[in-house]
Amino acid sequence: MSFMSYLISGISLGSVYAIIALGYTMVYGIAKMLNFAHGDIIMVGGYVVFITVSTMGLPPAVGILAAVVICTILGVTVERVAYRPLRDASPLAVLITAIGVSYLLQNLALLLFGADTKSFTSVITMEPLKLAGGQLIISGETIVTILSGIVVMVCLTLFINKTKTGQAMLAVSEDRGAATLMGINVNKTISVTFAIGSALAAVAAVLYCSAYPALTSQTGAMPGIKAFVAAVFGGIGSIPGAMIGGILLGVIENLSKAYISSQLSDAIVFSVLIIVLLVRPTGIMGRKISEKV
Amino acid sequence: MKRKVLSLTLAAAMAASLAACGSSGSGSTTEAAATTAAAEAEETEAAGAETEAPAADGATWKIGAIGPLTGGTAIYGQAVVNGAELAVNEINAAGGINGYQIEYNSADDENDAEKAVNAYNSLKDWGMQMLVGTTTSNPCIAVADKSMADNMFQITPSGSAVECAANPNVFRVCFADPDQGAASAQYIGEHKLATKVAVIYDSSDVYSSGIYTKFAQEAENQGLEIVAAEAFTADSNKDFTTQLQKAKDAGAELVFLPFYYTEASLVLTQANTMGWEPMFFGCDGMDGILGVENFDTSLAEGLMLLTPFAADATDELTVNFVSSYEEQYGGTPNQFAADAYDAVYIIKAALEDAGATPDMSVSDICEALKTSMLNITVDGLTGTGMTWNEAGEPNKAPKAVKIENGAYTAME
Repeated sequence: MSFMSYLISGISLGSVYAIIALGYTMVYGIAKMLNFAHGDIIMVGGYVVFITVSTMGLPPAVGILAAVVICTILGVTVERVAYRPLRDASPLAVLITAIGVSYLLQNLALLLFGADTKSFTSVITMEPLKLAGGQLIISGETIVTILSGIVVMVCLTLFINKTKTGQAMLAVSEDRGAATLMGINVNKTISVTFAIGSALAAVAAVLYCSAYPALTSQTGAMPGIKAFVAAVFGGIGSIPGAMIGGILLGVIENLSKAYISSQLSDAIVFSVLIIVLLVRPTGIMGRKISEKV
Repeated sequence: MKRKVLSLTLAAAMAASLAACGSSGSGSTTEAAATTAAAEAEETEAAGAETEAPAADGATWKIGAIGPLTGGTAIYGQAVVNGAELAVNEINAAGGINGYQIEYNSADDENDAEKAVNAYNSLKDWGMQMLVGTTTSNPCIAVADKSMADNMFQITPSGSAVECAANPNVFRVCFADPDQGAASAQYIGEHKLATKVAVIYDSSDVYSSGIYTKFAQEAENQGLEIVAAEAFTADSNKDFTTQLQKAKDAGAELVFLPFYYTEASLVLTQANTMGWEPMFFGCDGMDGILGVENFDTSLAEGLMLLTPFAADATDELTVNFVSSYEEQYGGTPNQFAADAYDAVYIIKAALEDAGATPDMSVSDICEALKTSMLNITVDGLTGTGMTWNEAGEPNKAPKAVKIENGAYTAME
């Protein structure tokens, strides 16, 4: 029975990684850049919900909507100001800029909200699910996070495969130059990608902060890195891969904490990552890239 | 052209992030400057009040304080800086030390060893003769090496790692980590709170793992059985359900949490979600949990912690301290404020014992204080009859508090 509860808390942690990883993988898949500021956009989303719901006392739905709107605007602005001018620069330059944006957001939050930890009120009011006579407890946050992850994954896949904008995204990710020649507005497509990625960050913020309710300016940093690992693990650029990678990461982390050593769990997680990447360099669900000669 | 755009954007991004750092930094400088100004104003006022200003030659003591005024542990640094300032103002109003007024200045270290050394250097440039600090352990160890090189007297209110007071010029007000661990085990054993104990600790933090090691040793002597000892690190300090589940499965009656309140608030929340209600016992890092904005304090109900200071104590010293702290800074002072307040009075007692004057060199003051620290006995907020040994460690009895109805209540 304790195995089941370790597994469930692993899935719970993993589903949070997964939903953050979806945003990472989406932006990487289409814009071909690692948006290291993604974790910090989550932090901003967390503060927006905290202020609207906990401080101003508005209903949670309004708070979530406000977070989605503000994160989307922030994401598109960051892309417009910091990333678009570097569109043709080396990937390294863009990476460094993304790290710069990440620190900028963290320090701004420190300035605006101060250093104190804020305790987030969960916006998920669902009662925990009790199984096997109270032996096994699955929190409402876990259930909602997993369900949201699946819904987001399905919607994203449908959006990319069935809509014109989605097709444009695919085309841009395949070959930016050719897409331009076909009359696709690359800048607009990438802006839309960032808008969606940042809106996902807002959703992730709500779920993450509900599950782990200690909000500081550093809140987004570590889950951002772990989710990035999850995205690589699952195959960066692949939407189902991010979901699977995230959940696997959480489960491996928790099971190694439970059965091997709580101290070595991170080391074990990253060893597994290295082994997976040695065997499958593109990750679990990564696409095989055929080299053209 | 493209390259130009690239470099411009990069430069702009850098400048922007630097500006952000800079502005947070300058914010604290202004604060520090304001503090000095306030201290100076107080000083003039005090000097004006005294008809015979004794320090006619204009010499003053210069005491500096260092702590994290921003960042995740800011609550401690702010308490230390405020507590020390309160003591300085009181002493100045009462005529200073050996007839000389005190000038006071503070600097921010963001709980970072490198920034603490910078803060120390800037206070040294200001003319600091004695240091109250630093507040947290890792920065304190870094600064202690610098202060030993300068032979400057340093008293840390709350740097509890063993290494903090390892140098001969450093003394401390609080208990060392091992002492906290041993005292916690003794307290649990002597009061028969539990026999099966689980420990969750931060293995990436010297404070937390130091307490744990000594706790485990002493637990054996006290007949306590440690049924689970689970670690976490700074990189995975959000999810504690696995550690809690293991503790629960092992049949623990009490969970010992030797780490800071930010993580502890998550542990309490997650234990509540699991529907598990063991006793929780913490150390001084737990102090502050009731101050977490929007935290449901009912989760902390029954939490016990070992701390040398309880704000609700009824002795005259504590009552006066708490009321003037509340008046000047708002909010109830925690034990860090009390430690810093005591630290300044300890410096005063030692300087008076040594008969030192501010015109002595920093190194001479330090040598005089090192001898006097062994002579003095101080009755402070954090202990009565406190004495020090050559290792810089205080000798005093710990107090335990319990959270009842959302407030600290002294146990026994």
